[in-house]
Amino acid sequence: MGFLALVGVFLISAAVGYRLISNVPSLLHTPLMSGMNALSGVTVLGALVAAALALRSGSRALGIAAIVLATVNVVGGFLVTDRMLRMFKSGK
Amino acid sequence: MTFGIYEIAGIAVILAVLAGIRLLSSVKRAALGNRLGAVAMLAAIALVLWHNGIVDSTTLYIAMGAGALVGALLAFRVRMIRMPQMVALLNGLGGGASLLVALSVILESHDTMELSARLSGQLALVIGAVTLSGSLVAAGKLEGTLPQRPVRFRGAGAVSIALLAALGALAAYATFADAQAAAVISFVVLALALGFGVHFTLPIGGADMPVAISLLNSYSGLAASICGFAINDILLVSIGAVVGAAGLILTRIMCRAMNRSLADVLTGSTGRPSASSPSGQAAGAPAAARDEARETDPAAVLASAASVIIIPGYGMALAQAQTQVRELYDLLEARGANVRFAIHPVAGRMPGHMNVLLAEVDIPYERLVEMESINSEFAATDAALIIGACDVVNPAANSAEGTPIYGMPVLRAEDARNIIVCNMNRKPGYSGVENTLYGRPNVCFIEGNAAETLTGLIERIGKDAAGAAAP
Repeated sequence: MGFLALVGVFLISAAVGYRLISNVPSLLHTPLMSGMNALSGVTVLGALVAAALALRSGSRALGIAAIVLATVNVVGGFLVTDRMLRMFKSGK
Repeated sequence: MTFGIYEIAGIAVILAVLAGIRLLSSVKRAALGNRLGAVAMLAAIALVLWHNGIVDSTTLYIAMGAGALVGALLAFRVRMIRMPQMVALLNGLGGGASLLVALSVILESHDTMELSARLSGQLALVIGAVTLSGSLVAAGKLEGTLPQRPVRFRGAGAVSIALLAALGALAAYATFADAQAAAVISFVVLALALGFGVHFTLPIGGADMPVAISLLNSYSGLAASICGFAINDILLVSIGAVVGAAGLILTRIMCRAMNRSLADVLTGSTGRPSASSPSGQAAGAPAAARDEARETDPAAVLASAASVIIIPGYGMALAQAQTQVRELYDLLEARGANVRFAIHPVAGRMPGHMNVLLAEVDIPYERLVEMESINSEFAATDAALIIGACDVVNPAANSAEGTPIYGMPVLRAEDARNIIVCNMNRKPGYSGVENTLYGRPNVCFIEGNAAETLTGLIERIGKDAAGAAAP
């Protein structure tokens, strides 16, 4: 994809995300944030490619380190969000 | 690169993630939404492995396994009161991952990258590094390993401007330089950006942390998104942008709830009077002069109340009084009272923190009511019970012009027929403004550890019940 197409993706995603997230009740703002933590680990996708396709050992090592950090983010974020959301129980 | 199968599959993943976020607007379906997001992410990982023909690279699985193990341990072991630190740490790791990917790509393929991708790489490096070091400082402050008070020094603003100017110039230079020079400059940029992250977070005080965490959350998304520009990946650009937007929304909500501009929070300047200077209104008589032994018995007030609104603050969490709060809630409900909780947006150390702390002790979520909805109901309430909260119930916010909290939205506990305050002491809250509520005639102030105070109240209300039943 071209640079301008990506700028378009960025703007549309930010706008749609902004709308959807505005509807999340303040009751759930902490799990919302930890869920967003998990999503920001999307960098793992770039890290996988960087680590696997790197020819120099230095950039390969950086890529592998990035995979570890991003996976902590993804797995830790989704699991802790799930743990919190399951705590919210109805009284009825 | 053209628009191919990867982009089409990528858009499907993005739509699934957005659908998951949409489900978060309903408490009942939120857990499902989160799981949908997790499945979408797993699918994205599979897509990337397949699309790049790297499915059989063992190293990748070992690295992911190590990260997943650490993440799972963190997620299962963290206590809810430490959630802000956990989120700060995860923000930092997200930023760190983005900076590492950017650095790896710059070192590997600077020569073949377009100018826009090179510049994006440098930007991702900067934002990722600021997020990493800034989040670690924030986590340290929340954990108490670093001083919570704002660390300020003269000329901090000038240092910020100088650092930003240097970062901008170096990033631009690296974009046009040859591969060898770009590599060297990237490390200088990295070091400066890490320093800037520390410099940027140190002036932020402990109670301003909800804003800082929200902002760093936004940065971690932005770093991922810009990293996506550097490596030309639609998924990173899109999902990173969504996270950036979420952080921005929460930052705005937190600033508004604290009545502070983002600039004030970032510079640690509050315009707040020093703790010793006289503040608040004339109505706030000196604490020592107030009558300690009041006629009203708080246990009797609660025992006979038909409606009670509990206002929990961070003091409740510090005293670890949630269990006692739960016991009191059960007891009052069993006696037929209607008990609800009034949640101020900044009660706690991160957005929504208080709700999680109360959900952990099984308070039904229908009973957790946000400020806008409950403020009109205090007037018809028999008892407002304040537990470890100060600034968020201070009526001075409505009247004391010139004080830092003037104009800040507060819970109108003052309207309730009886007010019981279980705070550690009568000292002003974070704002430094004397709480004028404490001087009102219908207020009963019980000093001391909230957990102990509540245990005492619960015992006495229980005895009341036994005494009433006996004859």
